[in-house]
Amino acid sequence: MSYEEALTEIALADERYVVMTAENRAAIRNLPSALGERFIDTGITEQAMIGAAAGLALRGRIPVVHALAAFLTMRSFEFIRTDVGMPCLPVKLVSGVPGFLSSANGPTHQALEDVSLMRGIPNVHIFCPADEQDLVIGLRSVLGSPNPFYIRHNPLPAAIEHDLSFKIARAEVISDGTDVSILVYGMLFGQACQARHTLEAEGFSVRLINLRTVKPIDERAILRAARETSLVVTLEDHFLTGGLFSIVSELLVRHRVTANVLPIALPDRWFKPASLDDVLEHEGFTGRQIAERISAQLHKSTPLVRGVPIGGYHAKHRVFQR
Amino acid sequence: MREEDIAQLREIALRVREHVIRMSAAGGCFIGSALSCVDVIVYLYARFLDVDKERLSDPNRDYFLLSKGHAVPALYGTLVELGLLERDRLENHLKSCDSIYWHPNQSIPGVEFHSGSLGHGLSVATGVAMDCRLRGQDNKIVVITGDGELNEGSNWEAFLVASSYRLDNLIVVVDRNGFQANARTEELTPLEPLGWKFRAFGWQVVRVDGHRFRDLEDVFPNIPFIPGKPSVVIAETVRGRGLPSIENRADRWFCDHSHAEAAQLLKELHHR
Repeated sequence: MSYEEALTEIALADERYVVMTAENRAAIRNLPSALGERFIDTGITEQAMIGAAAGLALRGRIPVVHALAAFLTMRSFEFIRTDVGMPCLPVKLVSGVPGFLSSANGPTHQALEDVSLMRGIPNVHIFCPADEQDLVIGLRSVLGSPNPFYIRHNPLPAAIEHDLSFKIARAEVISDGTDVSILVYGMLFGQACQARHTLEAEGFSVRLINLRTVKPIDERAILRAARETSLVVTLEDHFLTGGLFSIVSELLVRHRVTANVLPIALPDRWFKPASLDDVLEHEGFTGRQIAERISAQLHKSTPLVRGVPIGGYHAKHRVFQR
Repeated sequence: MREEDIAQLREIALRVREHVIRMSAAGGCFIGSALSCVDVIVYLYARFLDVDKERLSDPNRDYFLLSKGHAVPALYGTLVELGLLERDRLENHLKSCDSIYWHPNQSIPGVEFHSGSLGHGLSVATGVAMDCRLRGQDNKIVVITGDGELNEGSNWEAFLVASSYRLDNLIVVVDRNGFQANARTEELTPLEPLGWKFRAFGWQVVRVDGHRFRDLEDVFPNIPFIPGKPSVVIAETVRGRGLPSIENRADRWFCDHSHAEAAQLLKELHHR
């Protein structure tokens, strides 16, 4: 089932849903005919659309709004914060082409700080599905939540058959392992699966975790990964600042847990625009390249004693020195 | 409208202005901006909006949103005088024991939506109006914006959206007091010809003296002026209206008066 079909089914069964867009219909082409007046296209007006969504939510509606990630989160940021986040209205923000999915559009369209921005707003929750199947599995729970939700739309085909049980703040643990944990959200999940197989072929025991909701996040799964595996990898198509690496760092410090953490994210720059496969290859985010980075790190890592590396903690950021 | 109705509205507006002056003491408030829209807000609540204390959550009520949130003393004063808000809560102005601060918030009965950041009210009201229309209800949705606030581009997005959706249940009142925070609007970022701007965006426009109840009564019952079009009422007003010593002064937007100064202003209000 596609996202569009799932959304249509949910919206047709419940009059509270209105589907909105600031003239970005790529993922919802058939919604206008299916929903009639409950489909609202405001034109290229991200700010007014979010304000109007808040107004509709005040009247008991659940607006599911669509716009490109960069413009949805940044052009209308203060409207999301003020009109949706502060009163905690159940507006659902579906962002098109987030992260690497903006592929050849260029830096104007690159949302690499969206998770950071959205998680900074009290009440706003975040869902970053691994692929379209994962998106559809979580959609009903996320749309039904009383909170505003930021959803990174992801149309990629599924790399695996996902667990059909879905709970907000519960990660999907794909494999259990003891050498390395790969924590991942969103479209890099497929590459992470490839990296896992490569690492396992090298003899490493790999724990692969699809986080699903990034806020609230599955803290228990992350803390267990830090305590039970020698290396924790945070993998994301997002700037290094403010995303998963930050979330994990904050969590470990808060719980006084020491761990070897290898962040794989974009350093303080935008990526080279190209077709998606070329972007991944050029930026070093293919499954093979990810496995190489992790493998190199595992061979370097000092042995751990109960979660604390002998000789203390050394942040390993070498991967960004190109 | 009968003479006694006008006299009654004037009496209510006078008491609302007293509240505004009292709130300008010990911590202050945006007195100039509040006094310019007192008469419009009193008129709307007393004569136009279909809402009362028992129906604050009735889906068929009319909606009022104060987009120029810093004028909130005028709204709170009106809500008190019309019995929607408890009188003694205004004693809590700026105290942490209550939520009567410089901008409105939804914990206060009668406040439909919080404001303070300019250029939001019309977008939110557009969504409310869309829903009323979807449900086939004929509620009216009234938004007061400042004239300086019209600098914000988000308003013009919402003007486009509302006219494209033919929301003739939506009414914008521009509190045209001629000032923004520190300057006259026409000297900083001129808005005129303002009426033509709205017309070009697909709205129908009427200008009115925003301090004359009889004139307001001539205008509002005729809304929508044209079926299928949203309506703008440009209310010509005076910043600081009611206190000649501060009227039309760029430096009388926010004032933090001493109790003695506030007492003097109350005298001035009554001797006018």
